[in-house]
Amino acid sequence: MRHMRYLVPLGILLVLLYFLRAGLSLNPREVPSPLIGKPAPAFSLARLDQPAVRIAKEDLRGKVWILNVWASWCVACRQEHPLLVAYSKQAQVPIYGLNYKDEPAAGLKWLADFGNPYTASLADRDGRVGIDFGVYGVPETFVIDGKGVIRYKHIGPLTPEVLRDTIDPLLKQLHG
Amino acid sequence: MADTRFAGSGWRALVLSALLACAVGAVLANEAAPASADPVLEARVMKLSSELRCLVCQNQTIADSHADLAVDLRRQVREMLQAGQSEQQVIDFMTARYGDFVLYRPPFKPLTALLWVGPVLMVVVGLGTLFVVLRRRSRLTDAAFEVDGADDAPNDPHLS
Amino acid sequence: MIPEIGHFSLWLALGIALVMGAVPLAGAQSGRADWMALARPLAYALFFCVALAFGCLVSAFVNHDFSVAYVVSNSNTALPLQYRIAGVWGGHEGSLLLWVQMLSLWTVAVALFSRHLPQAVAARILAVMGLVAVGFLLFMLLTSNPFDRLFPAALEGRDLNPLLQDPGMVIHPPMLYMGYVGFSVAFAFAIAALIGGNLDAHWARWTRPWTTVAWMFLTIGIALGSSWAYYELGWGGWWFWDPVENASLMPWLLGTALIHSLAVTEKRNSFKSWTVLLAILAFSFSLLGTFLVRSGVLSSVHAFATDPTRGQFILAFLAVVIGGSFSLYAWRAPDVGIGKRFGLWSKESSLLANNVLLLVAALAVMLGTLYPLVLDALGLGKISVGPPYFDAVFMWLMAPAVFLMGIGPLARWKDAQLPALALRLRWAAGVALLAALLTGWLAGEVRPVSTAGLVMAFWIMGSVATDLWGRMHPQGTDWAHAGARLRQVPRALAGMMLAHLGIAVFCIGVVMVKTYEVESDVKMAVGDTTTVRGYTFRFDGIKELQGPNYVAAQGQMQVSKDGRHVAELRPEKRIYRVQQNPMTEAAIDAGLTRDLYVSMGEAVDGGAWIVRVYVKPFIDWIWGGCLLMALGGLLAVSDRRYRRGQGVAP
Repeated sequence: MRHMRYLVPLGILLVLLYFLRAGLSLNPREVPSPLIGKPAPAFSLARLDQPAVRIAKEDLRGKVWILNVWASWCVACRQEHPLLVAYSKQAQVPIYGLNYKDEPAAGLKWLADFGNPYTASLADRDGRVGIDFGVYGVPETFVIDGKGVIRYKHIGPLTPEVLRDTIDPLLKQLHG
Repeated sequence: MADTRFAGSGWRALVLSALLACAVGAVLANEAAPASADPVLEARVMKLSSELRCLVCQNQTIADSHADLAVDLRRQVREMLQAGQSEQQVIDFMTARYGDFVLYRPPFKPLTALLWVGPVLMVVVGLGTLFVVLRRRSRLTDAAFEVDGADDAPNDPHLS
Repeated sequence: MIPEIGHFSLWLALGIALVMGAVPLAGAQSGRADWMALARPLAYALFFCVALAFGCLVSAFVNHDFSVAYVVSNSNTALPLQYRIAGVWGGHEGSLLLWVQMLSLWTVAVALFSRHLPQAVAARILAVMGLVAVGFLLFMLLTSNPFDRLFPAALEGRDLNPLLQDPGMVIHPPMLYMGYVGFSVAFAFAIAALIGGNLDAHWARWTRPWTTVAWMFLTIGIALGSSWAYYELGWGGWWFWDPVENASLMPWLLGTALIHSLAVTEKRNSFKSWTVLLAILAFSFSLLGTFLVRSGVLSSVHAFATDPTRGQFILAFLAVVIGGSFSLYAWRAPDVGIGKRFGLWSKESSLLANNVLLLVAALAVMLGTLYPLVLDALGLGKISVGPPYFDAVFMWLMAPAVFLMGIGPLARWKDAQLPALALRLRWAAGVALLAALLTGWLAGEVRPVSTAGLVMAFWIMGSVATDLWGRMHPQGTDWAHAGARLRQVPRALAGMMLAHLGIAVFCIGVVMVKTYEVESDVKMAVGDTTTVRGYTFRFDGIKELQGPNYVAAQGQMQVSKDGRHVAELRPEKRIYRVQQNPMTEAAIDAGLTRDLYVSMGEAVDGGAWIVRVYVKPFIDWIWGGCLLMALGGLLAVSDRRYRRGQGVAP
């Protein structure tokens, strides 16, 4: 039994190797949101296309909706944009855009050039609403239910797989 | 003061203009203003920011990072401290939105207990084990050990 | 053509390493002298092949061979020659080649300086090093070939990361790798001893100089990295507890523990299995560092371009090497005897306590570095562990170790005679306290934590002085022969004292700069001044500069104190043409008791600039202390008694 203690280093190594192996399939840079399952932050922002009109969180109660954070200066947003435009045509869910830290003129031009999947876009010029949503990179996409609770957050450009395997089933579940 | 002769007035003009230049220079050479309006507040902002992680670059504090988000978050910290909020409130604000990931000082909670207590535990176990092993050895008879020859091998560099 | 030669050389090297790893080992097991005798020539052949490959890569860089993908991603036609050479190790593939180059260098050194070892032992050691080389060569050839071609060849390279275009960059990785790889020698000695069953005081004596030299290089490498970060990165910090920095600190801590443990084993032929374990651990942490930096498992500013396949390979390599070593250890170590007797309170036990503290420190650093990964892997969320954690934990762990550093050298072997020891050290203790308080008072403010830190530093100095005093002027002697007695202090002991003094100097630097550093963030128009700690900084505007591959706005600052001109500082804001990143080059006036540090912020309206001005007291003592440590190591290794090299009865 005395010899057992000589196996301690090996034992610790095996545990370590297990975690290092697990680490290879993780992304250390991804920051999960603590807001999943919590109410979305309150906001009241001007519409990008009609600055006199404001949209607030309460206005969207009662329906499931998607919030997509985008900006005209964001290269990765262009990557997901065609997908989003196509999705907006066939999905029953309204997609609202959060135009994050952008010039409204640049934002509107971008939508004119590349298509507008949004029911409306909100102008978050100084990024404060973004901070409240825990946005740290663009694009990011949130699914929010009828009670105003954030149910899902996707970081980075949307892909067909994410839409098909995660968002669509979630939307079905929320509607059903 | 006697009126200077014409011959000396050129020299006086020179001295006067030199003095004037110095005076103007002294006025122009300002003590530089602090970069921020309130250095005491700014020091607090920087100190708190140096414990928050920049989520964009991820290997810098928001105090050091030049990323847009870091600038925005520093502004947020500044506004909250200026409004009289406490440092803990600022930290709570950040973690509510970004999770514990944003804190470079991991909070002490059940999940991180091992992290904070671990080192102390290791020292206690380590030194304790050493003590027990050495004491047990000291209780053995001489027969259990090798015979000690000459205490100092003269050719050995480290034995002295 | 040349890249192909390089690539072929690497395959050849792999073949040689395979033979080197297998044949001499088998020869040692079966007693075949001809097989064992192959080890040395194979080591030379390995070195030749690797050096050839390395030369080919250097040539590709120097001659702008943009048909080699690695050259394209790390070089550029406008890149000055010295940085083209440094670019060889600026990325993942090339730095691996540097690793293998260092390994082959150490292997040749072992081959040359192992004539006094029994043939079987030397054969085993070289075989183990050959096996390590196999691992790295295989890794390179299968996943990270520096000679991969690009079809069609690029017209221009993407340039070396501007951060790396610096003299410190040229020398820091080679020094660091000499250290990391150098621990493979102690590792090979340990494995050879476990296999051969001849673990004794001789073994400890043979291993020690190799460990000390490797440790020296690692110390210099880490110090260079830290000082480079300080003057290059523009944020004034010198240690961030970044995972890659931690990856270099852990082997260093273990290497330090190993050096001390080898002393116990040498003297008393005891704690041999513990020492062997430390030797295995030191190199294991080197390998772990390699994994952490190249696998993408941790987010780090230093990390190389990452790739999960590479990560998997290194992990498998780690499992084989470390797992194999620990298994061998578990099998052989229990049979090792307990050696000679020593007391519970003795120099030996203080050395072992030092070991425990250093090992715990290394494990604590590992804990902090990997904890976020563990939580994430268990699905328990993501946290960050940064400087606030490491600073606190490390300081508290090192304080007792530093305290022990004052006692251990003066303790007697076998029986420390504590009361007499305490009496002898009372002066050192008293002087330490006074000196610490005086320093704090002179600096302007006495604070509890900094005073504690200073007490520790002066405590070491006092202890070294007490030690020297005792040797120069032992009880009952006169001063007549004090000089002669001083010269008789063996170099190894003098080296130890110097290294310990280095730690004291290091501690003073850290404490002083952390406690008494002053910063001033100001908006400066032309002609504006700001005064920090008696130094007046005057901003004289901006000069536009063209560098070889960048454009810069260079600030002109004049510094004076009490009316006397002290320095002219020229901080820069550079834009490198190719990668278009803006970079801050701080301007530093280094001094023995302080650094003046200026960095440019942004331009604001009216031709003014935001400027950050620091006065950092004693910051150069941090790296000065490291230099003293390394010199101490050098002094110790130069002891005549090592160079005579014969195995001597313990």
